[in-house]
Amino acid sequence: MNVTVIQFGGSNCDRDTVRALSSIGVDAERVWHTDGLPSETDGIVLPGGFSYGDFLRAGAMAAQSPIMDEIRERARAGTPVLGICNGAQIGCEAGLTPGAFTTNESARFQCEHVHLRVENAGTPWTRQYDEDEVIELPIAHGEGRFEIDDERLEALESDDRILFRYCDAEGNVTPEANPNGSKHAVAGVTGDRDHVAVMMPHPERMSLPDIGGTDGRGVLEAFA
Amino acid sequence: MTEYTATVTVRLEEGVLDPEAETTRQALERLGFELQALRSAEHFEIDLEADDETAAFGRAEEMTERLLANPTIHDYDIAVTER
Repeated sequence: MNVTVIQFGGSNCDRDTVRALSSIGVDAERVWHTDGLPSETDGIVLPGGFSYGDFLRAGAMAAQSPIMDEIRERARAGTPVLGICNGAQIGCEAGLTPGAFTTNESARFQCEHVHLRVENAGTPWTRQYDEDEVIELPIAHGEGRFEIDDERLEALESDDRILFRYCDAEGNVTPEANPNGSKHAVAGVTGDRDHVAVMMPHPERMSLPDIGGTDGRGVLEAFA
Repeated sequence: MTEYTATVTVRLEEGVLDPEAETTRQALERLGFELQALRSAEHFEIDLEADDETAAFGRAEEMTERLLANPTIHDYDIAVTER
């Protein structure tokens, strides 16, 4: 698969994402957002970073870039799209995925490892894992608290659109294990169809043995 | 065409946690002030030319819906005045 990793001004995980994808044998290249999607694109990553300095709201500016129209069109046609961290904020702002990621409950930027429980192992992003499996990934965000109204959250849950929830090392979803106050501890969700997904934790930062673990590889395997 | 200023106030919907406002409230209390609650809001002033106030309001509303506010978490008010 040829994965296009979109660079916005202030993206900073684009290179890591390409490297992580290359490590599992996936061809990936970085593309500047105004250059448009290469025609051979058959997978898309919106990488982490601080696009446009998080002006207005994290992801709000990048979500208005014309390349997002192309991405929505490709997503409708079935191309897998993954938003990671700032890419998740962009994905929600652009309407690819539901809800919003807003200021952490702590009102602080948090950079730490978290545990995640796999909620639905039937999506392209999670099929390498078992349901209820616990994985460990890093987070690095100030605006990662998942917010959505109760009714829509219930609909997401009943439609099995939650990818991961924050949990403790044993897989228990507790307030203490929720790093940012996300509603129902949601760490990642899918769009209307499950080939589009966003998540705040960084799978690409846990994909090379040299940097502490490979728990994140399974997510990226969706592009393999 | 008339010149207007549209003042847009964007705030979190009631019930959505506002950690920055909460931190600010606690800081005010540490300074010895007494208060019941504190809410924060963003305020935008948009100068624009339009045929009439309704048209100016409509454009400001579209700008707010498209970018200034995120309808998932925000409410907003718009006030239009002639400049």
